[in-house]
Amino acid sequence: MWARGRLTRMNITEKILAQASGVGNASPGDIVEARIDKVMANDITAPLAIEAFHQMGGTRVWDSKRVVLILDHLVPANDENAAELHRICREFALKEGLDNFYDVGRGGVCHQVMMENHVKPAEVIVGGDSHTCTYGAVGAFSTGIGSTEVGSVMLTGRLWFKVPRAVKVVINGKLKPPVAAKDLILYIIGQFGADGATYMTVEFNGPAVKAMGIHERMTLCNMVVEMGAKNGVVEPDDQTAAYLEKKGLSPYRFIHGDPDAVYEKTVEYDASTLEPVVAVPYRVDNVKPVRDVGEVPVDQVHIGSCTNGRLEDLRIAAKILEGRKVKKGVRALVIPASVDVYSQALEEGIIETFLKAEALVCNPACGPCYGGHLGLLTAGETCVATVNRNFVGRMGSRKARVFIASPATAAASAVTGKLTDPRILEAQT
Amino acid sequence: MSMKICGRVVKYGEDVNTDVIIPSKYLAFTNPHDLAKHAMEGLDDSFIEKVHDRKIVVAARNFGCGSSREQAPVALKYAGVEAVVADSFARIFYRNAVNIGLPVLECPGAAETVADGDEVEVDMGEGLVRDLSNGKVLHGNKTPGFLLKIMEKGLVQYIKEGRS
Repeated sequence: MWARGRLTRMNITEKILAQASGVGNASPGDIVEARIDKVMANDITAPLAIEAFHQMGGTRVWDSKRVVLILDHLVPANDENAAELHRICREFALKEGLDNFYDVGRGGVCHQVMMENHVKPAEVIVGGDSHTCTYGAVGAFSTGIGSTEVGSVMLTGRLWFKVPRAVKVVINGKLKPPVAAKDLILYIIGQFGADGATYMTVEFNGPAVKAMGIHERMTLCNMVVEMGAKNGVVEPDDQTAAYLEKKGLSPYRFIHGDPDAVYEKTVEYDASTLEPVVAVPYRVDNVKPVRDVGEVPVDQVHIGSCTNGRLEDLRIAAKILEGRKVKKGVRALVIPASVDVYSQALEEGIIETFLKAEALVCNPACGPCYGGHLGLLTAGETCVATVNRNFVGRMGSRKARVFIASPATAAASAVTGKLTDPRILEAQT
Repeated sequence: MSMKICGRVVKYGEDVNTDVIIPSKYLAFTNPHDLAKHAMEGLDDSFIEKVHDRKIVVAARNFGCGSSREQAPVALKYAGVEAVVADSFARIFYRNAVNIGLPVLECPGAAETVADGDEVEVDMGEGLVRDLSNGKVLHGNKTPGFLLKIMEKGLVQYIKEGRS
Protein backbone atom coordinates (compact mmCIF):
# COMPACT_ATOMS: atom_id res chain seq x y z
CA MET A 1 0.00 0.00 0.00
CA TRP A 2 2.67 2.47 0.96
CA ALA A 3 4.24 2.38 -2.46
CA ARG A 4 0.97 3.69 -3.90
CA GLY A 5 1.30 6.67 -1.59
CA ARG A 6 4.76 7.66 -2.74
CA LEU A 7 5.03 10.94 -4.56
CA THR A 8 6.79 9.31 -7.43
CA ARG A 9 3.98 7.14 -8.71
CA MET A 10 1.31 9.41 -10.06
CA ASN A 11 0.00 9.69 -13.58
CA ILE A 12 -0.39 13.15 -15.11
CA THR A 13 -4.03 13.56 -14.04
CA GLU A 14 -3.31 12.57 -10.44
CA LYS A 15 -0.34 14.91 -10.31
CA ILE A 16 -2.25 17.89 -11.68
CA LEU A 17 -5.09 17.31 -9.21
CA ALA A 18 -2.68 16.79 -6.31
CA GLN A 19 -0.80 20.01 -7.01
CA ALA A 20 -4.00 22.02 -7.54
CA SER A 21 -5.34 20.69 -4.24
CA GLY A 22 -2.18 21.21 -2.23
CA VAL A 23 -1.88 17.56 -1.28
CA GLY A 24 1.24 15.45 -1.67
CA ASN A 25 -0.51 12.57 -3.27
CA ALA A 26 -3.74 11.86 -5.12
CA SER A 27 -4.92 8.32 -5.66
CA PRO A 28 -8.05 7.02 -7.38
CA GLY A 29 -11.09 7.46 -5.15
CA ASP A 30 -9.58 10.29 -3.08
CA ILE A 31 -11.78 13.35 -2.82
CA VAL A 32 -9.78 16.52 -3.35
CA GLU A 33 -10.75 20.16 -3.46
CA ALA A 34 -8.86 21.79 -6.28
CA ARG A 35 -8.05 25.38 -7.07
CA ILE A 36 -9.55 26.11 -10.49
CA ASP A 37 -7.45 27.92 -13.07
CA LYS A 38 -10.29 28.74 -15.45
CA VAL A 39 -14.02 28.18 -15.69
CA MET A 40 -15.89 28.41 -18.98
CA ALA A 41 -19.57 28.47 -19.85
CA ASN A 42 -21.54 28.98 -23.06
CA ASP A 43 -24.87 30.53 -23.98
CA ILE A 44 -26.82 27.39 -23.01
CA THR A 45 -25.14 26.76 -19.66
CA ALA A 46 -24.03 30.24 -18.50
CA PRO A 47 -27.47 31.78 -17.87
CA LEU A 48 -28.38 29.05 -15.35
CA ALA A 49 -24.91 29.38 -13.81
CA ILE A 50 -25.34 33.13 -13.47
CA GLU A 51 -28.72 32.59 -11.81
CA ALA A 52 -27.18 30.07 -9.39
CA PHE A 53 -24.28 32.45 -8.70
CA HIS A 54 -26.70 35.19 -7.69
CA GLN A 55 -28.89 32.83 -5.66
CA MET A 56 -25.81 31.69 -3.75
CA GLY A 57 -25.34 35.29 -2.71
CA GLY A 58 -22.63 36.03 -5.28
CA THR A 59 -21.98 39.66 -6.00
CA ARG A 60 -18.48 39.47 -7.48
CA VAL A 61 -16.82 36.61 -9.39
CA TRP A 62 -13.72 35.27 -7.67
CA ASP A 63 -11.45 36.34 -10.51
CA SER A 64 -12.65 38.25 -13.55
CA LYS A 65 -9.66 37.05 -15.59
CA ARG A 66 -10.44 33.40 -15.03
CA VAL A 67 -14.14 33.30 -15.91
CA VAL A 68 -14.63 32.84 -19.66
CA LEU A 69 -18.04 33.18 -21.32
CA ILE A 70 -18.46 32.16 -24.94
CA LEU A 71 -21.60 32.40 -27.07
CA ASP A 72 -21.64 29.51 -29.54
CA HIS A 73 -24.67 27.21 -29.34
CA LEU A 74 -27.28 29.64 -30.66
CA VAL A 75 -25.16 32.05 -32.68
CA PRO A 76 -26.43 34.38 -34.00
CA ALA A 77 -29.60 34.29 -31.91
CA ASN A 78 -32.27 32.43 -33.85
CA ASP A 79 -35.21 33.49 -31.73
CA GLU A 80 -36.20 35.68 -28.81
CA ASN A 81 -35.35 33.06 -26.21
CA ALA A 82 -31.82 32.77 -27.57
CA ALA A 83 -31.47 36.54 -27.69
CA GLU A 84 -32.48 36.67 -24.04
CA LEU A 85 -29.86 34.04 -23.10
CA HIS A 86 -27.25 36.15 -24.88
CA ARG A 87 -28.43 39.31 -23.14
CA ILE A 88 -28.05 37.62 -19.75
CA CYS A 89 -24.45 36.62 -20.58
CA ARG A 90 -23.58 40.02 -22.04
CA GLU A 91 -24.95 41.92 -19.07
CA PHE A 92 -23.16 39.67 -16.58
CA ALA A 93 -19.84 39.97 -18.44
CA LEU A 94 -20.11 43.74 -18.41
CA LYS A 95 -21.18 44.02 -14.79
CA GLU A 96 -18.49 41.64 -13.58
CA GLY A 97 -15.86 43.18 -15.81
CA LEU A 98 -14.96 39.83 -17.37
CA ASP A 99 -11.80 40.05 -19.47
CA ASN A 100 -12.87 37.16 -21.64
CA PHE A 101 -16.37 37.39 -23.02
CA TYR A 102 -16.71 36.18 -26.61
CA ASP A 103 -19.79 37.75 -28.07
CA VAL A 104 -21.32 36.97 -31.48
CA GLY A 105 -18.66 37.42 -34.18
CA ARG A 106 -15.76 37.39 -31.74
CA GLY A 107 -14.95 33.79 -30.92
CA GLY A 108 -16.57 30.63 -32.16
CA VAL A 109 -17.08 27.16 -30.71
CA CYS A 110 -16.21 27.40 -27.03
CA HIS A 111 -13.60 24.62 -26.88
CA GLN A 112 -11.78 25.88 -29.96
CA VAL A 113 -11.72 29.40 -28.52
CA MET A 114 -10.43 28.07 -25.19
CA MET A 115 -7.65 26.12 -26.91
CA GLU A 116 -6.64 29.08 -29.07
CA ASN A 117 -6.54 31.61 -26.26
CA HIS A 118 -6.69 30.25 -22.74
CA VAL A 119 -5.77 26.64 -22.04
CA LYS A 120 -2.31 25.90 -20.67
CA PRO A 121 -0.77 22.60 -19.66
CA ALA A 122 -0.97 21.58 -16.00
CA GLU A 123 -4.05 23.73 -15.42
CA VAL A 124 -7.34 22.59 -13.92
CA ILE A 125 -10.17 23.85 -16.09
CA VAL A 126 -13.88 23.15 -15.75
CA GLY A 127 -16.60 24.10 -18.16
CA GLY A 128 -20.33 24.04 -18.51
CA ASP A 129 -20.16 21.75 -21.52
CA SER A 130 -19.47 18.04 -21.62
CA HIS A 131 -16.76 18.39 -24.27
CA THR A 132 -14.60 20.48 -21.96
CA CYS A 133 -12.52 17.30 -21.74
CA THR A 134 -10.90 18.45 -25.01
CA TYR A 135 -8.16 20.43 -23.23
CA GLY A 136 -6.26 17.35 -22.15
CA ALA A 137 -4.78 17.62 -25.65
CA VAL A 138 -2.12 19.97 -24.24
CA GLY A 139 -1.72 18.17 -20.91
CA ALA A 140 -4.29 20.07 -18.85
CA PHE A 141 -6.91 18.48 -16.59
CA SER A 142 -10.32 19.54 -17.84
CA THR A 143 -13.82 18.22 -17.43
CA GLY A 144 -17.44 19.15 -17.99
CA ILE A 145 -19.69 20.20 -15.13
CA GLY A 146 -23.26 21.45 -14.79
CA SER A 147 -24.44 25.02 -14.53
CA THR A 148 -24.95 25.16 -10.77
CA GLU A 149 -21.36 24.07 -10.21
CA VAL A 150 -20.16 26.62 -12.75
CA GLY A 151 -21.98 29.17 -10.60
CA SER A 152 -20.27 27.93 -7.45
CA VAL A 153 -16.84 28.00 -9.14
CA MET A 154 -17.44 31.55 -10.35
CA LEU A 155 -18.05 32.39 -6.71
CA THR A 156 -15.32 30.39 -4.97
CA GLY A 157 -12.69 29.41 -7.55
CA ARG A 158 -12.65 25.91 -6.13
CA LEU A 159 -14.34 22.55 -6.81
CA TRP A 160 -14.21 19.06 -5.36
CA PHE A 161 -13.29 16.05 -7.47
CA LYS A 162 -13.05 12.35 -6.98
CA VAL A 163 -9.63 11.39 -8.34
CA PRO A 164 -10.47 9.17 -11.31
CA ARG A 165 -9.26 5.65 -11.98
CA ALA A 166 -7.04 5.61 -15.03
CA VAL A 167 -6.91 3.70 -18.27
CA LYS A 168 -3.95 4.04 -20.59
CA VAL A 169 -4.64 3.72 -24.29
CA VAL A 170 -1.47 3.08 -26.25
CA ILE A 171 -1.67 3.58 -30.01
CA ASN A 172 1.11 1.84 -31.87
CA GLY A 173 1.91 2.07 -35.55
CA LYS A 174 0.95 4.94 -37.79
CA LEU A 175 -2.37 6.26 -39.09
CA LYS A 176 -2.60 5.87 -42.84
CA PRO A 177 -4.36 8.89 -44.37
CA PRO A 178 -7.19 9.40 -45.09
CA VAL A 179 -7.66 7.43 -41.85
CA ALA A 180 -7.62 10.13 -39.18
CA ALA A 181 -7.73 10.74 -35.44
CA LYS A 182 -11.53 10.78 -35.72
CA ASP A 183 -11.59 7.23 -37.08
CA LEU A 184 -9.28 6.21 -34.27
CA ILE A 185 -11.35 7.66 -31.44
CA LEU A 186 -14.56 6.28 -32.93
CA TYR A 187 -12.91 2.88 -33.15
CA ILE A 188 -11.78 3.12 -29.51
CA ILE A 189 -15.29 4.14 -28.36
CA GLY A 190 -16.67 1.18 -30.28
CA GLN A 191 -14.29 -1.09 -28.38
CA PHE A 192 -14.96 0.44 -24.95
CA GLY A 193 -18.71 1.02 -25.30
CA ALA A 194 -20.69 4.12 -24.29
CA ASP A 195 -20.00 3.58 -20.59
CA GLY A 196 -16.69 1.76 -20.92
CA ALA A 197 -14.65 4.48 -19.21
CA THR A 198 -17.25 5.98 -16.88
CA TYR A 199 -15.69 8.23 -14.24
CA MET A 200 -12.21 7.39 -15.55
CA THR A 201 -9.31 9.31 -16.98
CA VAL A 202 -8.30 8.14 -20.45
CA GLU A 203 -4.64 8.77 -21.13
CA PHE A 204 -3.51 8.46 -24.73
CA ASN A 205 0.04 7.45 -25.48
CA GLY A 206 2.16 5.58 -27.98
CA PRO A 207 3.94 6.43 -31.23
CA ALA A 208 0.79 7.25 -33.21
CA VAL A 209 -0.31 9.78 -30.59
CA LYS A 210 3.15 11.33 -30.33
CA ALA A 211 3.07 11.79 -34.11
CA MET A 212 -0.23 13.67 -33.93
CA GLY A 213 -0.58 17.43 -34.01
CA ILE A 214 -2.52 19.16 -31.23
CA HIS A 215 -5.59 19.41 -33.49
CA GLU A 216 -5.74 15.61 -33.69
CA ARG A 217 -5.09 15.15 -29.99
CA MET A 218 -8.02 17.51 -29.43
CA THR A 219 -10.26 15.21 -31.49
CA LEU A 220 -9.18 12.24 -29.34
CA CYS A 221 -9.68 13.98 -25.99
CA ASN A 222 -12.89 15.67 -27.14
CA MET A 223 -14.75 12.40 -27.52
CA VAL A 224 -13.71 10.54 -24.36
CA VAL A 225 -16.93 11.74 -22.71
CA GLU A 226 -18.77 9.56 -25.26
CA MET A 227 -17.44 6.56 -23.37
CA GLY A 228 -18.25 8.14 -20.03
CA ALA A 229 -14.78 9.41 -19.12
CA LYS A 230 -14.10 12.32 -16.80
CA ASN A 231 -11.14 13.58 -18.79
CA GLY A 232 -8.86 12.65 -21.65
CA VAL A 233 -5.22 13.58 -21.64
CA VAL A 234 -2.01 13.39 -23.66
CA GLU A 235 1.40 13.98 -22.06
CA PRO A 236 2.78 17.33 -23.27
CA ASP A 237 5.83 17.26 -25.53
CA ASP A 238 7.68 19.29 -28.16
CA GLN A 239 4.56 19.52 -30.32
CA THR A 240 2.67 20.93 -27.35
CA ALA A 241 5.39 23.52 -26.79
CA ALA A 242 5.36 24.51 -30.46
CA TYR A 243 1.56 24.88 -30.39
CA LEU A 244 1.61 27.04 -27.26
CA GLU A 245 4.34 29.29 -28.66
CA LYS A 246 2.45 29.70 -31.91
CA LYS A 247 -0.74 30.65 -30.07
CA GLY A 248 1.11 33.09 -27.83
CA LEU A 249 0.29 31.11 -24.70
CA SER A 250 3.67 31.51 -22.98
CA PRO A 251 4.64 31.25 -20.20
CA TYR A 252 3.50 27.76 -19.31
CA ARG A 253 4.76 24.73 -17.46
CA PHE A 254 4.43 21.01 -18.09
CA ILE A 255 3.44 18.33 -15.63
CA HIS A 256 4.46 14.81 -16.59
CA GLY A 257 3.24 11.55 -15.13
CA ASP A 258 5.80 9.33 -13.46
CA PRO A 259 7.30 6.53 -15.54
CA ASP A 260 6.04 3.97 -13.02
CA ALA A 261 2.57 5.54 -12.64
CA VAL A 262 -0.26 3.12 -11.97
CA TYR A 263 -3.14 2.45 -14.35
CA GLU A 264 -6.15 0.27 -13.74
CA LYS A 265 -5.66 -1.12 -17.19
CA THR A 266 -3.65 -0.55 -20.32
CA VAL A 267 -4.98 -1.32 -23.77
CA GLU A 268 -3.07 -1.20 -27.03
CA TYR A 269 -4.26 -0.68 -30.57
CA ASP A 270 -2.45 -0.63 -33.89
CA ALA A 271 -3.22 2.50 -35.92
CA SER A 272 -1.78 0.95 -39.08
CA THR A 273 -4.64 -1.52 -39.39
CA LEU A 274 -7.46 1.02 -38.98
CA GLU A 275 -9.74 2.05 -41.80
CA PRO A 276 -12.36 4.80 -42.18
CA VAL A 277 -15.25 4.13 -39.78
CA VAL A 278 -18.59 5.67 -38.84
CA ALA A 279 -20.79 5.60 -35.77
CA VAL A 280 -24.11 4.30 -37.02
CA PRO A 281 -27.22 5.86 -35.46
CA TYR A 282 -28.35 6.01 -32.81
CA ARG A 283 -25.30 5.12 -30.74
CA VAL A 284 -21.82 6.60 -30.68
CA ASP A 285 -20.40 3.17 -29.84
CA ASN A 286 -22.09 1.48 -32.81
CA VAL A 287 -18.93 1.80 -34.90
CA LYS A 288 -18.44 0.08 -38.25
CA PRO A 289 -16.04 0.36 -41.18
CA VAL A 290 -17.62 2.65 -43.78
CA ARG A 291 -17.35 -0.04 -46.43
CA ASP A 292 -19.38 -2.48 -44.29
CA VAL A 293 -22.36 -0.20 -43.75
CA GLY A 294 -23.91 -0.67 -47.17
CA GLU A 295 -25.64 1.89 -49.35
CA VAL A 296 -26.71 4.96 -47.37
CA PRO A 297 -28.10 7.87 -49.41
CA VAL A 298 -27.22 11.20 -47.83
CA ASP A 299 -29.30 14.40 -47.62
CA GLN A 300 -26.88 16.58 -45.67
CA VAL A 301 -23.19 16.67 -44.85
CA HIS A 302 -21.84 18.73 -41.98
CA ILE A 303 -18.15 19.48 -41.53
CA GLY A 304 -17.39 21.37 -38.34
CA SER A 305 -17.93 21.25 -34.53
CA CYS A 306 -15.53 21.18 -31.57
CA THR A 307 -14.52 17.70 -32.70
CA ASN A 308 -13.53 18.50 -36.30
CA GLY A 309 -13.95 22.16 -37.23
CA ARG A 310 -10.29 23.10 -37.25
CA LEU A 311 -8.16 24.40 -40.13
CA GLU A 312 -6.53 21.00 -40.66
CA ASP A 313 -9.97 19.37 -40.91
CA LEU A 314 -11.15 21.95 -43.42
CA ARG A 315 -7.98 21.43 -45.46
CA ILE A 316 -8.70 17.72 -45.73
CA ALA A 317 -12.30 18.34 -46.78
CA ALA A 318 -11.26 21.04 -49.28
CA LYS A 319 -8.71 18.75 -50.87
CA ILE A 320 -11.47 16.26 -51.60
CA LEU A 321 -13.94 18.91 -52.79
CA GLU A 322 -11.38 20.75 -54.94
CA GLY A 323 -12.56 20.70 -58.56
CA ARG A 324 -15.65 18.71 -57.60
CA LYS A 325 -19.22 19.62 -56.73
CA VAL A 326 -21.48 18.62 -53.90
CA LYS A 327 -23.89 16.09 -55.41
CA LYS A 328 -27.21 17.56 -56.55
CA GLY A 329 -29.87 16.97 -53.93
CA VAL A 330 -27.31 17.07 -51.14
CA ARG A 331 -26.51 20.12 -49.03
CA ALA A 332 -23.08 20.42 -47.46
CA LEU A 333 -22.56 22.73 -44.48
CA VAL A 334 -19.03 23.76 -43.60
CA ILE A 335 -18.66 25.51 -40.26
CA PRO A 336 -15.20 26.72 -39.22
CA ALA A 337 -14.85 26.29 -35.45
CA SER A 338 -13.64 29.81 -34.80
CA VAL A 339 -13.14 33.22 -36.33
CA ASP A 340 -9.40 32.46 -36.45
CA VAL A 341 -10.00 29.20 -38.30
CA TYR A 342 -12.39 30.98 -40.69
CA SER A 343 -9.93 33.74 -41.41
CA GLN A 344 -7.01 31.36 -42.04
CA ALA A 345 -9.20 29.20 -44.27
CA LEU A 346 -10.12 32.32 -46.21
CA GLU A 347 -6.47 33.25 -46.58
CA GLU A 348 -5.56 29.78 -47.85
CA GLY A 349 -8.33 29.81 -50.43
CA ILE A 350 -10.12 26.93 -48.74
CA ILE A 351 -13.36 28.86 -48.33
CA GLU A 352 -13.36 29.60 -52.06
CA THR A 353 -12.92 25.90 -52.77
CA PHE A 354 -16.01 25.15 -50.67
CA LEU A 355 -18.05 27.86 -52.37
CA LYS A 356 -17.05 26.62 -55.82
CA ALA A 357 -18.04 23.12 -54.80
CA GLU A 358 -21.42 24.59 -53.82
CA ALA A 359 -21.05 23.89 -50.12
CA LEU A 360 -22.56 26.41 -47.74
CA VAL A 361 -20.07 28.04 -45.39
CA CYS A 362 -21.74 29.14 -42.14
CA ASN A 363 -20.54 31.33 -39.31
CA PRO A 364 -18.42 29.82 -36.53
CA ALA A 365 -20.84 28.16 -34.08
CA CYS A 366 -21.99 24.73 -32.92
CA GLY A 367 -24.53 24.62 -35.75
CA PRO A 368 -26.34 21.36 -36.51
CA CYS A 369 -24.18 19.43 -34.03
CA TYR A 370 -26.16 20.93 -31.20
CA GLY A 371 -29.47 20.55 -33.00
CA GLY A 372 -31.05 23.72 -31.73
CA HIS A 373 -30.19 26.29 -34.30
CA LEU A 374 -29.31 25.73 -37.95
CA GLY A 375 -28.97 22.93 -40.45
CA LEU A 376 -31.56 20.68 -38.84
CA LEU A 377 -33.03 17.55 -40.41
CA THR A 378 -36.59 16.53 -41.11
CA ALA A 379 -38.06 13.05 -40.69
CA GLY A 380 -36.43 10.43 -42.85
CA GLU A 381 -33.32 12.49 -43.64
CA THR A 382 -29.74 11.34 -43.21
CA CYS A 383 -26.66 13.40 -42.39
CA VAL A 384 -23.00 12.41 -42.44
CA ALA A 385 -21.37 14.72 -39.92
CA THR A 386 -17.99 15.24 -38.29
CA VAL A 387 -19.74 15.73 -34.94
CA ASN A 388 -19.63 13.80 -31.68
CA ARG A 389 -23.18 12.56 -31.09
CA ASN A 390 -25.82 10.75 -33.13
CA PHE A 391 -28.55 10.32 -30.53
CA VAL A 392 -32.23 10.19 -31.46
CA GLY A 393 -33.33 13.74 -32.28
CA ARG A 394 -29.84 15.19 -31.86
CA MET A 395 -30.00 17.09 -35.18
CA GLY A 396 -33.70 17.80 -35.44
CA SER A 397 -36.33 15.16 -36.15
CA ARG A 398 -36.44 12.00 -34.05
CA LYS A 399 -36.80 10.17 -37.34
CA ALA A 400 -33.61 11.61 -38.86
CA ARG A 401 -30.25 9.83 -38.78
CA VAL A 402 -26.72 11.09 -38.14
CA PHE A 403 -23.66 9.05 -39.12
CA ILE A 404 -20.58 10.34 -37.27
CA ALA A 405 -17.52 10.40 -39.51
CA SER A 406 -14.14 12.00 -40.21
CA PRO A 407 -13.85 15.14 -42.37
CA ALA A 408 -12.55 13.01 -45.27
CA THR A 409 -15.49 10.60 -45.12
CA ALA A 410 -17.95 13.48 -44.81
CA ALA A 411 -16.46 15.34 -47.78
CA ALA A 412 -16.36 12.20 -49.93
CA SER A 413 -20.00 11.53 -49.04
CA ALA A 414 -20.94 15.07 -50.10
CA VAL A 415 -19.44 14.42 -53.52
CA THR A 416 -21.10 11.06 -54.14
CA GLY A 417 -24.37 11.70 -52.31
CA LYS A 418 -24.01 8.53 -50.32
CA LEU A 419 -21.94 7.40 -47.36
CA THR A 420 -18.50 6.92 -48.92
CA ASP A 421 -15.13 5.58 -47.89
CA PRO A 422 -12.79 8.46 -48.85
CA ARG A 423 -10.21 5.99 -50.21
CA ILE A 424 -12.55 5.32 -53.12
CA LEU A 425 -12.41 8.97 -54.25
CA GLU A 426 -8.68 9.13 -53.69
CA ALA A 427 -8.25 6.15 -55.98
CA GLN A 428 -10.10 8.04 -58.70
CA THR A 429 -7.78 11.05 -58.70
CA MET B 1 -30.09 12.00 8.29
CA SER B 2 -32.31 9.70 6.31
CA MET B 3 -34.17 10.14 3.08
CA LYS B 4 -36.83 7.65 2.02
CA ILE B 5 -38.88 7.95 -1.11
CA CYS B 6 -41.85 5.72 -1.96
CA GLY B 7 -43.72 5.42 -5.19
CA ARG B 8 -44.48 3.54 -8.35
CA VAL B 9 -41.90 3.09 -11.07
CA VAL B 10 -41.49 4.28 -14.63
CA LYS B 11 -38.87 2.05 -16.15
CA TYR B 12 -36.34 2.58 -18.97
CA GLY B 13 -33.40 0.71 -20.48
CA GLU B 14 -29.71 1.54 -20.80
CA ASP B 15 -27.88 4.62 -22.09
CA VAL B 16 -30.79 7.05 -21.69
CA ASN B 17 -29.01 10.20 -22.85
CA THR B 18 -29.66 13.81 -21.88
CA ASP B 19 -30.66 14.68 -25.45
CA VAL B 20 -33.74 12.48 -25.15
CA ILE B 21 -34.38 13.56 -21.54
CA ILE B 22 -34.63 17.14 -22.78
CA PRO B 23 -34.06 17.77 -26.52
CA SER B 24 -31.77 20.68 -27.48
CA LYS B 25 -34.52 22.75 -29.00
CA TYR B 26 -35.98 23.39 -25.54
CA LEU B 27 -32.78 24.51 -23.86
CA ALA B 28 -33.47 28.12 -24.64
CA PHE B 29 -36.28 27.93 -22.05
CA THR B 30 -35.21 29.28 -18.69
CA ASN B 31 -38.36 28.43 -16.73
CA PRO B 32 -38.08 24.90 -15.25
CA HIS B 33 -41.81 24.32 -15.64
CA ASP B 34 -41.49 24.92 -19.39
CA LEU B 35 -38.65 22.38 -19.53
CA ALA B 36 -40.72 19.88 -17.54
CA LYS B 37 -43.46 19.85 -20.19
CA HIS B 38 -40.95 18.26 -22.58
CA ALA B 39 -39.22 15.85 -20.21
CA MET B 40 -38.30 12.53 -21.87
CA GLU B 41 -39.86 13.76 -25.10
CA GLY B 42 -37.10 12.21 -27.16
CA LEU B 43 -37.82 8.76 -25.80
CA ASP B 44 -41.35 8.43 -24.46
CA ASP B 45 -44.34 10.48 -25.58
CA SER B 46 -46.44 9.32 -22.64
CA PHE B 47 -43.90 10.15 -19.91
CA ILE B 48 -45.76 13.23 -18.66
CA GLU B 49 -48.93 11.13 -18.33
CA LYS B 50 -47.04 8.38 -16.51
CA VAL B 51 -45.52 10.66 -13.89
CA HIS B 52 -48.95 11.80 -12.74
CA ASP B 53 -49.02 8.84 -10.40
CA ARG B 54 -45.51 7.38 -10.74
CA LYS B 55 -42.68 9.26 -9.09
CA ILE B 56 -39.63 7.03 -9.39
CA VAL B 57 -37.63 6.41 -12.54
CA VAL B 58 -35.68 3.15 -12.69
CA ALA B 59 -33.22 2.54 -15.52
CA ALA B 60 -30.37 0.29 -16.58
CA ARG B 61 -26.73 1.30 -17.18
CA ASN B 62 -25.34 4.75 -17.95
CA PHE B 63 -28.41 6.88 -17.25
CA GLY B 64 -27.92 10.50 -18.31
CA CYS B 65 -25.01 10.03 -20.69
CA GLY B 66 -24.09 12.74 -23.17
CA SER B 67 -24.41 16.48 -22.79
CA SER B 68 -23.71 18.32 -19.53
CA ARG B 69 -27.07 20.07 -19.67
CA GLU B 70 -28.34 20.55 -16.15
CA GLN B 71 -31.74 21.11 -17.72
CA ALA B 72 -32.05 17.29 -17.93
CA PRO B 73 -32.39 16.57 -14.20
CA VAL B 74 -34.30 19.85 -13.81
CA ALA B 75 -36.87 18.73 -16.39
CA LEU B 76 -37.32 15.38 -14.61
CA LYS B 77 -37.63 17.00 -11.19
CA TYR B 78 -40.20 19.57 -12.26
CA ALA B 79 -42.14 16.92 -14.19
CA GLY B 80 -42.69 15.29 -10.80
CA VAL B 81 -39.91 12.71 -10.56
CA GLU B 82 -38.85 12.31 -6.93
CA ALA B 83 -35.92 9.91 -7.43
CA VAL B 84 -33.96 8.16 -10.14
CA VAL B 85 -32.50 4.71 -9.49
CA ALA B 86 -30.19 3.24 -12.11
CA ASP B 87 -27.69 0.41 -12.49
CA SER B 88 -25.17 3.20 -13.14
CA PHE B 89 -25.15 6.89 -14.02
CA ALA B 90 -23.11 9.03 -16.35
CA ARG B 91 -20.80 11.19 -14.27
CA ILE B 92 -22.02 14.70 -15.12
CA PHE B 93 -25.70 13.78 -14.84
CA TYR B 94 -25.14 12.30 -11.39
CA ARG B 95 -23.45 15.46 -10.13
CA ASN B 96 -26.04 17.71 -11.76
CA ALA B 97 -28.92 15.76 -10.21
CA VAL B 98 -27.37 16.04 -6.75
CA ASN B 99 -26.72 19.74 -7.24
CA ILE B 100 -30.26 20.61 -8.31
CA GLY B 101 -31.80 18.45 -5.60
CA LEU B 102 -33.01 15.41 -7.49
CA PRO B 103 -32.20 12.28 -5.43
CA VAL B 104 -30.27 9.70 -7.44
CA LEU B 105 -29.20 6.23 -6.35
CA GLU B 106 -26.75 3.96 -8.09
CA CYS B 107 -27.99 0.41 -7.59
CA PRO B 108 -26.58 -2.32 -9.83
CA GLY B 109 -29.26 -4.90 -10.66
CA ALA B 110 -32.16 -2.47 -10.24
CA ALA B 111 -33.23 -2.68 -13.87
CA GLU B 112 -33.34 -6.46 -13.79
CA THR B 113 -35.28 -6.73 -10.53
CA VAL B 114 -37.72 -3.85 -10.65
CA ALA B 115 -40.52 -3.93 -13.21
CA ASP B 116 -42.38 -1.04 -14.81
CA GLY B 117 -45.21 -0.03 -12.50
CA ASP B 118 -43.82 -1.72 -9.36
CA GLU B 119 -44.20 -0.02 -6.01
CA VAL B 120 -40.77 0.64 -4.46
CA GLU B 121 -39.27 2.27 -1.42
CA VAL B 122 -35.87 3.90 -1.89
CA ASP B 123 -33.70 4.60 1.14
CA MET B 124 -31.09 7.02 -0.18
CA GLY B 125 -28.85 7.06 2.89
CA GLU B 126 -28.65 3.28 3.23
CA GLY B 127 -28.62 2.74 -0.51
CA LEU B 128 -31.52 0.30 -0.31
CA VAL B 129 -34.26 -0.34 -2.84
CA ARG B 130 -37.24 -2.36 -1.58
CA ASP B 131 -39.50 -3.60 -4.33
CA LEU B 132 -42.82 -3.88 -2.49
CA SER B 133 -44.44 -5.56 -5.48
CA ASN B 134 -42.13 -8.59 -5.54
CA GLY B 135 -40.65 -8.40 -2.03
CA LYS B 136 -37.06 -8.16 -3.21
CA VAL B 137 -34.47 -5.93 -1.57
CA LEU B 138 -31.50 -4.52 -3.45
CA HIS B 139 -28.34 -3.04 -2.00
CA GLY B 140 -27.03 -0.07 -3.92
CA ASN B 141 -24.37 2.48 -3.05
CA LYS B 142 -24.85 4.30 0.25
CA THR B 143 -25.01 8.07 0.01
CA PRO B 144 -22.80 9.95 2.48
CA GLY B 145 -24.43 12.53 4.78
CA PHE B 146 -23.11 15.67 3.12
CA LEU B 147 -24.31 14.47 -0.27
CA LEU B 148 -27.76 13.70 1.15
CA LYS B 149 -27.92 17.26 2.43
CA ILE B 150 -27.07 18.65 -1.01
CA MET B 151 -29.55 16.26 -2.67
CA GLU B 152 -32.28 17.37 -0.31
CA LYS B 153 -31.90 21.11 -0.82
CA GLY B 154 -29.75 21.57 -3.88
CA LEU B 155 -26.26 23.08 -3.98
CA VAL B 156 -27.47 26.68 -4.08
CA GLN B 157 -29.25 26.39 -0.73
CA TYR B 158 -26.42 24.28 0.73
CA ILE B 159 -23.83 26.94 -0.12
CA LYS B 160 -26.10 29.76 1.00
CA GLU B 161 -26.51 28.16 4.41
CA GLY B 162 -22.80 27.42 4.64
CA ARG B 163 -21.91 31.03 3.90
CA SER B 164 -24.38 32.57 6.33
